[in-house]
Amino acid sequence: MMIKRPFFWMIVATVAVFAIAPLVGGIGVRESLFLAAIYMILALNLNFMIGYTGYVNFGSIVFFGLGGTLGIFAITVWGWPLWAALIGAGVVVAGLALLLGLGILRLRGAYFALATIGVVEATKAFVSNFDPFGGSTGMYISFSAYKPLGGAREALWVAYFLLVAVLGISLLLSFWIKRSRFGLGLFAIREDEDAAMVLGVKAPLFKAIIYSVSSVLPAIAGVLFFFKNGVIQPEQAFDLTLSIEAIVMLMLGGQGTVIGAALGGFAYEQFRGYLLTSSTFSSFHLVIAGALLLLIVLFAPGGLIGWAHERWAITRKVLE
Amino acid sequence: MTGVIVSIINGLLLGAIYGLAAIGLTLIFGVMKVINLAHGAMIALGMFALYLLVSWLGINPYLAVPVVGVGGFLMGFCIYWIAVHRVIGRAELMSLLATFAVSMIIVGVGTVLWSTSPYNVQVDMPGLSIGRYTIPGNHIVAAVVAILVAVALYLFLYYTRLGKAIRAVASNRQASELMGIPSTRVLAIAFGIGIGIAAVAGSLIATLFPFTILSGASYELKSFVVTVLGGLGNPAGALLGGLLLGLIEGSVSPFVSVSWTPVIEFSLFVVILILFPAGLFRVGRGR
Repeated sequence: MMIKRPFFWMIVATVAVFAIAPLVGGIGVRESLFLAAIYMILALNLNFMIGYTGYVNFGSIVFFGLGGTLGIFAITVWGWPLWAALIGAGVVVAGLALLLGLGILRLRGAYFALATIGVVEATKAFVSNFDPFGGSTGMYISFSAYKPLGGAREALWVAYFLLVAVLGISLLLSFWIKRSRFGLGLFAIREDEDAAMVLGVKAPLFKAIIYSVSSVLPAIAGVLFFFKNGVIQPEQAFDLTLSIEAIVMLMLGGQGTVIGAALGGFAYEQFRGYLLTSSTFSSFHLVIAGALLLLIVLFAPGGLIGWAHERWAITRKVLE
Repeated sequence: MTGVIVSIINGLLLGAIYGLAAIGLTLIFGVMKVINLAHGAMIALGMFALYLLVSWLGINPYLAVPVVGVGGFLMGFCIYWIAVHRVIGRAELMSLLATFAVSMIIVGVGTVLWSTSPYNVQVDMPGLSIGRYTIPGNHIVAAVVAILVAVALYLFLYYTRLGKAIRAVASNRQASELMGIPSTRVLAIAFGIGIGIAAVAGSLIATLFPFTILSGASYELKSFVVTVLGGLGNPAGALLGGLLLGLIEGSVSPFVSVSWTPVIEFSLFVVILILFPAGLFRVGRGR
């Protein structure tokens, strides 16, 4: 059923471009696309909470950071191969998110948003103090960890293609959830949680499941990011700013839409890269990004895709 | 044993300032249901405003504090009209992002002006000695000022016409509009007061510790913890919450390494938010 829709083929094309472009363009293109893919994965998975369910998760970065920390711990200390660390981190983070979700998703609105900030800060403070994870200096990956993949240079390519795969899964999952009965339940919760429960949507269960689902792929992306990075530090892994930047990406593209989240992540990376490298704007990048965010919030809360949907009715049928 | 008591007293003194900072946050939430993510940026701006007043004009830091407060009020009043007015009554996400955008702009400009290197304000105040330990004089003065500001705010909210109007708008905006209160202007004033208090808290912190433009973030997080302890939207609870947080920090610090305090604070924060979303104290709440 999904194959017949044009959007499915747009996803396939996007993944194909991500896979082929660095082979043609070289390492510079790969580095830029690697970061873009990370941003897109964060935005797409955050979209499950904010766009689909209507719960403002300010602390989505905790999944990315915790996944990275656990995965790198498994690789460096226990000597696990990369694939096992990826699966292990994904499973453990999903389990923790499910338990946590059953607790904090009882809160609504602003209270939930504050609780998610608390979760990030508590986890960051714990990891910075927990000596097996290297404390505040973090963990380094020795070159021997890259050996099984054929050396450091090849390992970077492997990490990149795995990340593109995670991006593809994120896109397909977003599309599938949006079209499923489960997704419809989430939309009902977003519109009016009490009414949805009266109509038989198991809201607490649905919320906990989607919270857990939204944690798996960022956790795996976290392992890949820090595996490629070679070092993981708590300050960098649990960076609340990146968490909020993910919301900015979502707003930029258009929350609640798959293409909006993906486009927002990609555009934000390009925009940020441009501001940081341009000589006139580099010191003002925070100011410009802030002003842009303010303009979106005040005047175009639907983002790029919301704006397009309003203008051209046809886009609603094609762009999910 | 004396060491523990001194540590607790120091904690309580700091706690009064945390409480004051949190009052600014909780007042804004209580009146217009906006969580002000520019709170930390305004605290940092208060620190730098004090630094500039002291280093350029050479006035006594404590005389500069009220000036910072008035400046903060005016700035908050402007921010309300630029960024907050249009998002009042819309989804939480919008007001969170609008205030976060303001925070990004302020921190961005601050980083360009002052970089992220530390500054400090020199304050000479004789301390209070207890045995081998000393309680620094500037901590005592800062705590006293913080409590005085909190009391003044309480008197303002309960005994003046404008203060009553603010409370009326907080409890029911439509009804107060029907009673002839210009609610939009009242919201702008309340936002200005909240920001002014944050700036005063920042300027008091600047008399205690070195600071950077990024320091505001950690005090913003502490303010969240304090507001949750005291109940969101409850100024009297915020002061008690601040003292409680100070008490926790003070009584824990002699026994555990300082780096563990955030773990305790934020775990407590999440647990209390889940178990007691209305806060631990139910003082001064009409509802």
